[in-house]
Amino acid sequence: MSRLKHAINLGLFLFAIWVLLSGHYTPLLLVLGVLSTLLVVFLAARADLIDREIYPILLKASVLFYWFWLGREIIKSNINVARLILDPAMPISPNVFTVRAFQKTELGRVTYANSITLVPGTVAMDVEEDVITVHALTMAAAKDLKRGDMNRRVCHVEGVFPCS
Amino acid sequence: MMQPLLDVLSWICLLGGAIFLLIGAIGVLRFPDFYTRLHAVSVCDTLGAGLVLVGLIFQGGLSLVTVKLLLIFYFMIFTGPTAVHALAQAALQSKLKPLVDDHEPR
Repeated sequence: MSRLKHAINLGLFLFAIWVLLSGHYTPLLLVLGVLSTLLVVFLAARADLIDREIYPILLKASVLFYWFWLGREIIKSNINVARLILDPAMPISPNVFTVRAFQKTELGRVTYANSITLVPGTVAMDVEEDVITVHALTMAAAKDLKRGDMNRRVCHVEGVFPCS
Repeated sequence: MMQPLLDVLSWICLLGGAIFLLIGAIGVLRFPDFYTRLHAVSVCDTLGAGLVLVGLIFQGGLSLVTVKLLLIFYFMIFTGPTAVHALAQAALQSKLKPLVDDHEPR
């Protein structure tokens, strides 16, 4: 029963995207849009892809706050890396280390690893269960990540406690 | 009244994005090994392309064009790090050793 609800929600969401992308509101095109939405939902159901992970996670308010915070981090470290690139002496100190992800779900860990990679200066090289191998451009970037600020924030957004 | 202001904001963002894309490209050339170059690619991926999109959104105004630009931004935020991680993972799998600084930590 809840599968049906998930399917209907997915259909509504897909149709909303379709309307936004097409920008045409004639009956013929709307019917075609409904048909293609139904086809995609049918295919998703056949491929057994309809579960709670289809929900666009961005609809949670705490995720929006996290994105704002992440955006600020990205801008800060972008400026740092840009400065390193332009510095004639290029004072980089590349290093590799591991961090333990506090998140309990796969989605949470993927979010954390992707956030690490998204911020210039650190790249997630490998994810093995809850151990993430990170390559950092400088010791400072590594120290920043090891403080665990991002780790805790992703864990709070995920909402599965304790975060340690 | 509003249009010139929007145009100025738009051009500031477009030029800023272009500068970050250029810096990223210089970084790809200057950095010493594969893994450090990935960090330079990250600069292009996030602030470079991001600022260009924000500049275009100022041009688009409140229209469907802006919705599409926001969707492009949204997908880029997800596919960018996935691609970078795939590259790093592939390099790691094929046993490429990262260049590591063995000086004292600064």
